[in-house]
Amino acid sequence: MTELGLILFGALLVNNFVLAQFLGLCPFMGITRSFDTALATGLATTFVLALAAVTSHTLYHHLLLPLQLAYLNIIVFIIVIAGLVQVIQLYLKATSPVLHQVLGVYLPLITSNCAVLGVTLLAINQALSLLATFVFAVGAAAGFTLVMVLFGALREQLEQSNLPHAFAGTPIALLSAGLMSLAFMGFQGIGS
Amino acid sequence: MKYNRANQPVSPNDFTHAAIANNPAWAQLLGLCPLLAVSNTVANATGLALASAFVVIGSNTSISLLRRIIPDIARLPCFVLIIATFTTLTVMLLEAYAFDLYSRIALFVQIIVTNCMILGRAEVFASRQPVGRALMDALGTAVGFALALLLLGAVREVLGQGTLMADMDLLFGPAAAALQLQVFAVPPLALALLPPGAFIIAGLAFALAQSLGSTAKATTPHAEAQKHP
Repeated sequence: MTELGLILFGALLVNNFVLAQFLGLCPFMGITRSFDTALATGLATTFVLALAAVTSHTLYHHLLLPLQLAYLNIIVFIIVIAGLVQVIQLYLKATSPVLHQVLGVYLPLITSNCAVLGVTLLAINQALSLLATFVFAVGAAAGFTLVMVLFGALREQLEQSNLPHAFAGTPIALLSAGLMSLAFMGFQGIGS
Repeated sequence: MKYNRANQPVSPNDFTHAAIANNPAWAQLLGLCPLLAVSNTVANATGLALASAFVVIGSNTSISLLRRIIPDIARLPCFVLIIATFTTLTVMLLEAYAFDLYSRIALFVQIIVTNCMILGRAEVFASRQPVGRALMDALGTAVGFALALLLLGAVREVLGQGTLMADMDLLFGPAAAALQLQVFAVPPLALALLPPGAFIIAGLAFALAQSLGSTAKATTPHAEAQKHP
């Protein structure tokens, strides 16, 4: 249990995927202009990431490895992620129109979110068990959501402020992310 | 819309437009993850720049050659599969010929497949243009991305490690070890190698680019169409 707790905490804060490992920066910079969209994107990503990591883990260990096709992992995982996104979109459309309306626009973007593929590959590279993979994926996605929401709130303020022309938009967002990343470095060493 | 400029001859303009005016990093903000993650040293940056170049050139050329065969409705999955194939090839080549460097940047080579820069070129350019122009565009994109990676890599390596072009032997064989320059005996800003340093230095670099006028906002409608889908 302690081990799983450490994996969860490590993926969530200590090795935060956005601020310490540079995964998922496209949505982080692109769609955190408001708090609500940041939260919706984070939740949709969490859902896909957890499912994709578990599915890929199962396929890798029960299909690719026995058939000695491990080198196909990138191709297989990207198909799994794209397929899952499609299935979830169809399922939500049929069962929960409200949720579909909230998350609908953000779901297709998840396929090209490198955090999803990155976490899936990292879980395989670190030879985690199925349960540990699930915990790792949930922790990573929760960390992504946390940072998206914090940054979304911050950017709502930044959009209002009067900045020098050179810094308006992306540069100030990157600088703020740098300061946030500095704060997250405070978690380094916890649990090691 | 389709084949709108298909009959234009191959011209160097395709190259310079893709590399400078429409630069994937500073004009379109694509490929930020690898740009920040792997720009800690020039050697790492060169490795990823070469890997990305191989994938974008290979996939752009193949997609252009196959553009009349790929059905329009299933084009995005086809593009992704072609890009994933070239990424897998790159991983295998690096594992075989530059394993030490590969093991430092492995994850970011594997996720080249999700780099929106490459899918963007496939969708906007390669799938609509003859192979010569698609190749020019791919070369320009590759050089533009490499420029951004190497510039950031050089600044971060000098500030954070005090050296320039250390460890190039991992990529180009033992003779390249002589390329290393010692700029500072004591690194002036160790933070530059760490994640916060990447964000801050990239932020300052983008601010410089913005004040020089080549900003993300000042892009043409052509560039606007290929932002994140």
